[in-house]
Amino acid sequence: MFIAKEIQTAAYLFASILFILSLSGLASQESAKRGVFYGIVGMAIAIFATVMGKGVEGHIYIISAIAIASVIGILVARKVEMTAMPQLVAILHSFVGLAAVLVGVGSYLDPETQKLTGAEHTIHLVEVFVGIFIGMITFTGSIIAWGKLQGKVPSKPWSFAGLQMMNLILLLACVALGILFGRAEGTSGMMYLDIMMGIAAFIGVVLVMAIGGGDMPVVVSMLNSYSGWAAAAAGFMLGNDLLIVTGALVGSSGAILSMHMCEAMNRSFFSVIFASASLGPKGERKAMEGEVTALNHEEVANLLKEAKSIVIVPGYGMAVAKAQYPIYELVQTLRKAGKNVRFAIHPVAGRLPGHMNVLLAEANVPYDIVLEMDEINEDMPETDVVMVIGANDVVNPSAQDDPASSIYGMPVIEVWKAEKVIIMKRSMSAGYSGEDNPLFYKPNSEMLYGDAKASVEKILSFLR
Amino acid sequence: MKVGIPAEITPAELRVAATPKTVKRLQKQGFEVFIQHGAGVKANFSDKEFEEAGATIVQTPAEIYSQMDIVLKVKEPTAEEVAMMKENLVLLSYLWPAQNPDLLKMLADKKVNAVAMDAIPRISRAQKMDVLSSMANIAGYRAVIEGSYHYGRFLNGQITAAGKVEPAKVLVIGAGVAGLAAIGAANSLGAIVRAFDTRKEVAEQIESMGASFLTVEINEDGATASGYSKEMSKEFIEAEMKLFLEQAKEVDIVITTAQIPGKSAPKLWLDYHVAAMKPGSVIIDLAASTGGNCALTKNNEVYTTPNGVTIVGKLNQLPTQASQLYGNNLCHLLDDMGKAEKFKIDMEDAVVSRAMVTYNGKVNWPPAPLQVSPTAGGGAKKVAAPTAEETKANEAEVAKKKAVTTVISLAVIGALLLLVGAFAPSEFIQHFTVFVLAIFVGWQVITNVSHSLHTPLMAVTNAISGIIVTGGLLQTKDDIGNIMTILASAAVLVASINIVGGFVVTHRMLKMFKK
Repeated sequence: MFIAKEIQTAAYLFASILFILSLSGLASQESAKRGVFYGIVGMAIAIFATVMGKGVEGHIYIISAIAIASVIGILVARKVEMTAMPQLVAILHSFVGLAAVLVGVGSYLDPETQKLTGAEHTIHLVEVFVGIFIGMITFTGSIIAWGKLQGKVPSKPWSFAGLQMMNLILLLACVALGILFGRAEGTSGMMYLDIMMGIAAFIGVVLVMAIGGGDMPVVVSMLNSYSGWAAAAAGFMLGNDLLIVTGALVGSSGAILSMHMCEAMNRSFFSVIFASASLGPKGERKAMEGEVTALNHEEVANLLKEAKSIVIVPGYGMAVAKAQYPIYELVQTLRKAGKNVRFAIHPVAGRLPGHMNVLLAEANVPYDIVLEMDEINEDMPETDVVMVIGANDVVNPSAQDDPASSIYGMPVIEVWKAEKVIIMKRSMSAGYSGEDNPLFYKPNSEMLYGDAKASVEKILSFLR
Repeated sequence: MKVGIPAEITPAELRVAATPKTVKRLQKQGFEVFIQHGAGVKANFSDKEFEEAGATIVQTPAEIYSQMDIVLKVKEPTAEEVAMMKENLVLLSYLWPAQNPDLLKMLADKKVNAVAMDAIPRISRAQKMDVLSSMANIAGYRAVIEGSYHYGRFLNGQITAAGKVEPAKVLVIGAGVAGLAAIGAANSLGAIVRAFDTRKEVAEQIESMGASFLTVEINEDGATASGYSKEMSKEFIEAEMKLFLEQAKEVDIVITTAQIPGKSAPKLWLDYHVAAMKPGSVIIDLAASTGGNCALTKNNEVYTTPNGVTIVGKLNQLPTQASQLYGNNLCHLLDDMGKAEKFKIDMEDAVVSRAMVTYNGKVNWPPAPLQVSPTAGGGAKKVAAPTAEETKANEAEVAKKKAVTTVISLAVIGALLLLVGAFAPSEFIQHFTVFVLAIFVGWQVITNVSHSLHTPLMAVTNAISGIIVTGGLLQTKDDIGNIMTILASAAVLVASINIVGGFVVTHRMLKMFKK
């Protein structure tokens, strides 16, 4: 039993609409769950309509592949820790890239498409070539991103002076290979395709290797975007509008996220992607003035007891220490004592856009006390105590007053305007940007050394 | 090394440069401490207390000045005291170097290395040794207490069985450390506090202490790089005087704190202001020793004018408290200079080189100017603000440029589209149309997504991009030996992991978000 092509197209259209609704559902927490539901229904319709379409063979393989995949998918998604979310997202991106490559190669080998002639044939070959190229970059790039987030690959940017030049030459080589590929008869272009895949894989690796850990949110959202474009390219080669629409949706979504992140860091998109951050800062750095003073847990607890208004600024350190649960317990204790406790989230805190929000949500922190940087900055002067937990660059005053700093101009949370700042940190090391932080030297800031989770628990014991 | 503390010989000086607490601290730093008999009496510290803390009592000032390595003092030394000093003595004291050039010369001739505690630069690192701040803090507090005493009524408003009491209105002029301390003290006693300062940047500090910031309608900022305010233009002063006249009719207590380093205090509260005040009002002039901010102030005197206004030109120094803080400041400075073991006069050091007003027989005053940034993190703000017209012109130019680039890029895009249309087959054009429209839809939809949901958004787009599974589905053949089937099945497998994993994890995340 097959369904007619027209009905299939209609089903695709419906699925596309559901996908759009799914994404727009994420505009607010209330409608987000409905959004996921739309997405699942859309996906089910799309797969069903495709499988039932004319000319689809090998149902047994399809069904078993989907079954195996579902088990793996559910297991992984259930088990993953919320702090490891960036890694999961990165590795899932690589799957899309891999699938795009496989589909592209398959499409090239498909005897059906060999029959095309003239401009149609050329365009098809271009589509295949471009699709595989993007897919391959997404694949290897995501694997490296995963490795960096997992700590298997050093997160320090790995770069050298001729990097951009090399990438450009490799890109040109790919274009040349593409021309040769387009002229090859039958499937004899496979060799060029193989070489190109090798080059693309290499580009994917160096592209992400060159980016520092602090820029990870941008990279992950950029790879998200790539995976979308790869899907769209597959759509072109298969002449499938559903793939094109969905790919374009995902592609533009990832692009917007990347741009958001870049804006939040006051960096141009290109400087992040092409790793020009490794260029040295201009001019003399400001010398650090003042001295670093530290408190113990009891003193911090006393400060918190006296404070009326408290702001907590979490960063990646909180994620590493998995401190979100004791932090929320601390917040509840303080709120019960009638204090105004809020969270301030910098757009690039963590390793994934919105990473901190997810972690806090995991610990049941109500989202109406979780505020964005812009919302909280004006309240800083009236704040008694700010607790910076595992964040560094996002509270660095150099971004505002030291033009020689590499993060100069990046919007930051102005914690130093508060009465007292407590910085919880494992050591005096610099943040991911490698910048020293003059905040630690300010007279109203105090350090509290130690693991964030253990420290918060200790403070809690003094508050009870 | 030996540290000595003489008794202050000026009768009005009640403070002493060390307390039993700071004596202990000095010993911890490795110094031997000697104190003159009776030095702490006026500040309520007995010789016995000092002895118990570990200090040795000596009888005469001569022993202190001739045998010690370092002398700690409060009031600048008199000629007789300088005469007793030995060569290479390190003296830590108030010196007022700008007002006392002769004293500096005497000290230099004696080869005394003198640190003027009042000349410690006001940078963040030196805050812990800034005696002006610690003394000003006391003065500000005391001004309110004594003002309240002379005022003779409640400061806070009350509604009692016997009737309603209006809260007192306090005006603080000059929001330096003393001013802010006064604001804080008056506010906590329940008064309505207003404060005036020529520096606009302190408005925030004033409001944070609980006072309302008074200002004049002239846009001129008195802030300078040194942290003190500058003298203002004639127009500004006229407006200021008018403002003060209005305030004079209303307020009950006026506390003036305006001082200019090395000059006599500016006259801010003139005779007609005093005349306009209600009988029973009080003026506390913290600048009395440098001439007074009020034209009618008499230094070291408290008196009442014919119209019933009490003018206070003399404040209790709270010598016990003040000695403790001053002593702490001295300890911090000695800490910074290397304590006893590594004691060193480091003329490269920004703090020491500026406060060390005589060194090796030479007068080292005035020091090179040092830029202080009084506003925390204000670097970005200090960039000269463009005038409104400039901004407007800039904006217009930017808008114009933007329009031009938009037109150009639209033209390029249009041309490219036409080019595609000219060569590409119709089917491609169709797909292309869908593609471009989808990008636009995606753009519109995603822009609305809330920041906090960016991670779920990525997970869901991830799942959706698993739609590439359809590519694999279309390519699978019945024949498992076919390379295409293998490739396609693999594609279906990985893409499906993506779909299922993506949706499940998104669902898991969203379940956690709750109000």
